[in-house]
Parts: sequence; structure tokens; C-alpha cells
Amino acid sequence: MRAGRKIRILAGAAALMTGTGVFFPAWGATATAAGVSDTGNRTASASAVSGALRPGGADGQEKVTLRIANWEEYIDEGDWDEEEAIELEDREETVILGENPMIDDFESWYGDTYGIEVEVEYSTFGSNEDLYNQLTLGNEFDLICPSEYMFMKLIAEDRLWPLSESFFDGSAEENYYIRGVSDYIRDIFDTNTINGEPWSRYAAGYMWGTTGIVYNPEEITKEEASHWALLADPEYKGQVTIKDNVRDSYFAALGILNEEELLEPDLVSSPDRLERIAELMNRTDEETVASAEAILKQMKENAYSFESDSGKADMVTGKVLANYQWSGDAVYTLDQAEIDDYYLAYAVPEESTNVWFDGWVMLKDGVGGDEAKQHAAEAFINFMSRPDNVVRNMYYIGYTSVISGGESDVIYAYADWCYGAEDEEEDTIEYPVGFFFSGDNADEDYVITAASDQADRQLFAQYPPQDVLERAVVMQYFAPEDNERINQMWVNVRCFDITELTWQDWVKIAAAAVIVLAAGVLFLKRDVIRNMALETPGRLRSKGF
Amino acid sequence: MKILRFSRKQLCIPYALFLICFVVLPLAVIVYYAFTDGSGRFTWDNLLGFFTNGNTIGTLCYSIAIAVAVTAVCLLIAYPAAYVLARSGLKKGPVLLMLFIMPMWINFTLRLTALKEILTILEGNLSLYPFLNTVIAMTYDFLPFMILPLYTTLLQLDESLIEAARDLGAGPAAVFFRITLPLSMPGIASGITMTFLPAMTNYVILDMIYNSTYIMGSLIGSYFNIYDWNNGSMISLILFAVICIVSLITDREEQNDAKNRGAVL
Repeated sequence: MRAGRKIRILAGAAALMTGTGVFFPAWGATATAAGVSDTGNRTASASAVSGALRPGGADGQEKVTLRIANWEEYIDEGDWDEEEAIELEDREETVILGENPMIDDFESWYGDTYGIEVEVEYSTFGSNEDLYNQLTLGNEFDLICPSEYMFMKLIAEDRLWPLSESFFDGSAEENYYIRGVSDYIRDIFDTNTINGEPWSRYAAGYMWGTTGIVYNPEEITKEEASHWALLADPEYKGQVTIKDNVRDSYFAALGILNEEELLEPDLVSSPDRLERIAELMNRTDEETVASAEAILKQMKENAYSFESDSGKADMVTGKVLANYQWSGDAVYTLDQAEIDDYYLAYAVPEESTNVWFDGWVMLKDGVGGDEAKQHAAEAFINFMSRPDNVVRNMYYIGYTSVISGGESDVIYAYADWCYGAEDEEEDTIEYPVGFFFSGDNADEDYVITAASDQADRQLFAQYPPQDVLERAVVMQYFAPEDNERINQMWVNVRCFDITELTWQDWVKIAAAAVIVLAAGVLFLKRDVIRNMALETPGRLRSKGF
Repeated sequence: MKILRFSRKQLCIPYALFLICFVVLPLAVIVYYAFTDGSGRFTWDNLLGFFTNGNTIGTLCYSIAIAVAVTAVCLLIAYPAAYVLARSGLKKGPVLLMLFIMPMWINFTLRLTALKEILTILEGNLSLYPFLNTVIAMTYDFLPFMILPLYTTLLQLDESLIEAARDLGAGPAAVFFRITLPLSMPGIASGITMTFLPAMTNYVILDMIYNSTYIMGSLIGSYFNIYDWNNGSMISLILFAVICIVSLITDREEQNDAKNRGAVL
């Protein structure tokens, strides 16, 4: 791995701080009330926005406005230094340099290619739920980039607009997405369905990865890190962080719950292994949820913290030894630690892993029926899928794009540029990535000669080997009532359950309360008590004693 | 030329409008959501659900325990500090006060990050004492809110009353408990209101200090996060009720003392 890649990633550290700042506490009930009341106004404000954004061009040429919502820090923002230029060793010896923000480049590219002026209104969100709430509160977008479960939810709620047929026409030069998307990913997008419709009818992938465990190889063995059970292992009490969101945590809990079955040789060698894992890991029946709750409670007792962002920093500073993480953030964590000569590793549990995607989908409210908009939105997806832009985004974000490049070898050259061993390196391995780039892991054209530790590190995280993908399943979007059960389970896990107090606890609490009350009463009634004390002898005296 | 004249009532219109738009209406919406189910029908279920579930009751108790602990610790630290600052005629009193207030000028996430490091050094591992850490972090954060009202009240305290008490033969303890403390009750009361509520709801501090047990604020947030406006609103309302009770108690103290002070004078 080259050093240049790390400089830009440092910018992300600042986001850790500001990210937490955004959620400034709601000081009580009134603050939350304001959020609720917004729903009432949604129609009014939404129509006002869309009305203002569509000026009919007087010259007959309509300017298209494209409203995009994407994750924070999830697109190349340009402004690279000259020395950051990536000189690839592909056939055309491409040099990649992000001079302008990707959005600006798209606007000028679209104008040049199609002769239509486009203006992008770009905004960001911090979580899928945040995005969904924005949509509910009346923010209108044309193109958004949620994770797979959220676009499944949006498909199920009939809020998305299908991609056009021409988008999937591989013969057109500008259709970079369909020409470049990896067969592995395309297959998943075609075969996964929600309400009988394949994802690919609505969604085009952007980034993808697995979930696994970042660990410190000096303290934890690879074998230990390769099982979900590590997250609940009392031996590492207070040394492990867990994701603070219900889906990821539930998945890990199911991994522990079904460990035996998932590792059974019969299942592992079965030809329909993936289907069987997917069935086990997507169970939502009451019994499963109750067992998961018990496991998660145990994890809560055992963990250092539930975290949504801080786990990376705690891993890098050595506060914890293992960290449940998405592969993209795992790469970031490993890179960060490497700056301090601290070497971490990433493992994907043997039982199974959750393969996740962030994908572009068009909203019905936004582009529905507006062909000019839809064209611009699809062109944007294609522009983001152009191999040189893919490299720019991957370099900037550190995640793995779903695009393998098709006929272009730029993206493979970039992977090789990142992870290919230097010539003088002696301890190397041959790491095949053919499954992703050509659909065939034995393809000799796609073997990276990497430093041997990369098999457990960034290369492994970014381009998981075939055996990982043979246990990588999609976590489905659950039906509303199942979702409710799982969400309630999560609340139960996080709350302090008063019914779990033993009678000894109650006795202690009662004793403490009595002491405090007695002290309070004594203090408040001190005058009365004092007067009684003073009066008593007096009264006695007056009676002649 | 006619000069515009506003009656006093008219001058209140902007504030009244603000009050209606941002306080009354949102509250009405909360009440509406709290007593309806997903399809908008009236129901008591949200209310009953809260009081029949060990988790929600447990969260209420846990929050109150945290809030009581934080408020008590704040009071124990702030009162002597404010007393010394206000009463002992230190030349640099205002400067010292500044030192207490100054942390407020630095963003609290930054302060908590620093505190986290300090606690890590002291305790070794933050996950060992989540309750204690929460109380420390909240005390650190809310202390100025306790010191300031106490300082102001103690500063205004009538010196002649104390002198009179001494002249009449009261010892130092009697002076404090019978004169100073009762007279500073208004300050204590407003200090308590300023720390108790945030301590029950400020879950960002819990998140940052790695206490993974929910308090009322996080519980409300978690319900809103899963689009369950109804239960979320009900919990907000219950929290609102708790705060009302706390305010009523402290208000009564304040009024009592206003009366007492009148009697003394």
C-alpha cells in the first residue's frame, strides 16, 4: 500500500467530532415536539420547493435540477495535491487526479455530453433512518443512496421510480454502470427480490462490503476473531465494541445463536449453503428474537461499548482489542493505525457475514414522470461508475465500489496499485480477485501479488476471497410486524429492566430510601424536635418536680 | 403625521405568536400522538404500556437515579464553592467564578472526549463503572448551571441578618442552618431545576461515556428513530410530567422562602 492514500483519509477524523456535535441533545420534551409538528407542514413546504426549482427555460432549453442525497464523506470532493496523482499501470497508463469536486465534474460532463444544463443540489445524511425521516418530513430528493435494507423498505412502500430500460443497454458508450458492474454484484441485485421485484429494477449499486471483526493480532488470534462468539466472550470483557444499531447487532447475535448449525460440515459442504445460511440468518420468529435478546444482553454486559462511530478511534488508540465493523470502516481503521506503526487485522466470521450495499435509487416523488430528470439521474449513476471516477471515489472514501470496470482494467490496476507488493518485497502471496473482476476466481489475469499480511488486512477487507463470499448473505428487509418485534427487543436490551432486580436489591434500595427520608424529615422538622427537647424539662418543672 | 401607538397588550403579540407556534402547538401534537395509535384512533395503550413494562419503568427509575445523583453531587460541590466565592470577600472572587464558568465556553463534546481520556487513565477501562462515569461526566458538564444561581443568591444575601443572628448568640452552625441555608433556597431550587432535567435526558453524554443503558432521552430517541411517534410522544409526555412535579416542588420551596424572608424582614 502506498502512503499517498492515507493523507486524505485524515479528513475523516474531523468528521468524527462534528458527527457527534450534530446530535446536540434534545433538552426535554419541547425540542422533540418541534420535530413532530413538522410532519403537519410537509405538503405545503414540499410543493413550494418543487415549484421554485423548475423554471421553464425561455429558450426552450430546460435546465434540469437534480437533488441528490448521499452519505456524509461519500463522494470525491476534489482538490487533490499534484503529488497525490495516481499513476496506474493499466493498458492506457491512466493518471487519476481529482481536481474538482465530483459534482462539478458531473455538471460539466453532462452539459458537454448531452447539451443540457444540469444543476446538482447535493445534501448529505448520517444514517438510513435519518434519510428516511428527512423523506417523511417533506424533504424532496430525486436520487438517494441508502443501504440495501432501506431501499428495500422504500421499494416495499412503493416510493421508488424504476430505472429505465435504456439504463441497462450495454451497447451505449455512456452506460458505464451496466458495462462496468461486477457480475457478482449484478447477480445479487438481480436475484434478490422484495415484493416479487428484483432490486435491479430500482437500484444501482455504489459501494459494498462485508461485516466482520477488526482485531489486534498480538492479543487475539485469527481463529478467535473468526467467530461471532468473540463479541460475547467473557475472556475479553470490556475489550470489544459492538455496533450501536439493531440490524448489525441482531445479525451478530444470530451468528452466535446458530453457530453450531452454521459450522456443521454438512451445511458447509452443501451446494445450497448460501440459501441455508440466508434462511438461518434472516429468522425473525418470536423464539429466535427472544434468544437473540438474551445473547445481546450478555453482549451488552460484556462489551466495552455500543458505538456508532467511536469504535474506530478506540481501536486505533488501543483502548479495545476488537471491534465489530463494516469492511469499509475496517480499511479506514487499519490505515489509521498503520500511521502509528500499529498493525491491526480484519477477520470475517466463519459462520457467516452480512454482505451489504449502498445503492442509488430514484424517488417517485422526485423524478416520477419527469424524463429530463430521470435522464440526468441515470447519467449521474453512470458518471459515478466511469472507471476513473470510481477510482477517485474509492481513493477518497476507502470503501469498495461495486464496479469492476468491465472492459476497462483501470479498477483492477488501482487495486494492484494499492496492494501490489513492491518489487523488493520477499514475503508475498498470490491473492486471486477474479471472482469480482471477471466472475472466475481462477482467472490468472486477476491475481494480485501482495505482501503476505494483506491476506488478513486491507486487501482482504476490500476484496474478500471466494470462501468469504460463499458465506456472505444479504440481510433482508423484515416485514413490519417482525421489524417491530426486533426493534422492541433492541429497546429491551438497552433498557434497565426493573423486573430483573432481585429481592436483595430491593431490600438495599428500600433501606437507602428509608435512610434518606429519615434524614430529610429530621432536617425539615428540626425546629419541632428541638422545641420538644427544650420544652420537655420546662413542663416537668412547672408540674412541681 | 400619526404616531404609531401600541398598547401593552399589543406589544405581547410577537411573543404570544412565538409561544403558540413553538410551544403550545407542538405540545398539542405530542398529546395527540401520545393518546392515539398508528392509525390515529384514541387509545390508552401507550400510557398503560409504559407503566406495565419493566423496561420502561426501569428506564424511568434509572434516569431518576442518575439525575438525583448528579444533582446531589453538583449541589455538594457547588454550594461550598459558591459560598466561598460570594461570602468570603475574596478580591479575586469574580476571576475565580470565571474559572468555574469558563469550561462552558468550550464545546461539550470536546470536553467529554478529554474527560474520557482522564477517566481511562484513572480507571483503566471505561466500561467498568458506567453509572459512576455518567455521574462524573454529567457533574462536570452541569456544574456551572448549579454554581451560577447559588452564587447570585448568596451574593445578594443580607449580611445584617447574619450579624443579627451572631449578636443574638447563634454559633456558626446555627447561623448557617437557620439563616444562610434557608435564605439560599431559591438558588438551590433553580440550580436543581437546571441540572435535574438535562441529567434525565442528555443521552449524548451517556453515548460518549459509553454507558449503553438507555435513559429517558435515549428511549424517546430510539422510538422516534423507528418511526414510532406514538410511544415516543407518550414517553416525552411522561418525562414532561416528571419535570413538572420536580418544578412544582422546587417552586414551592422558592415561594415558601420568599414568604419566610418577608416574615424575617
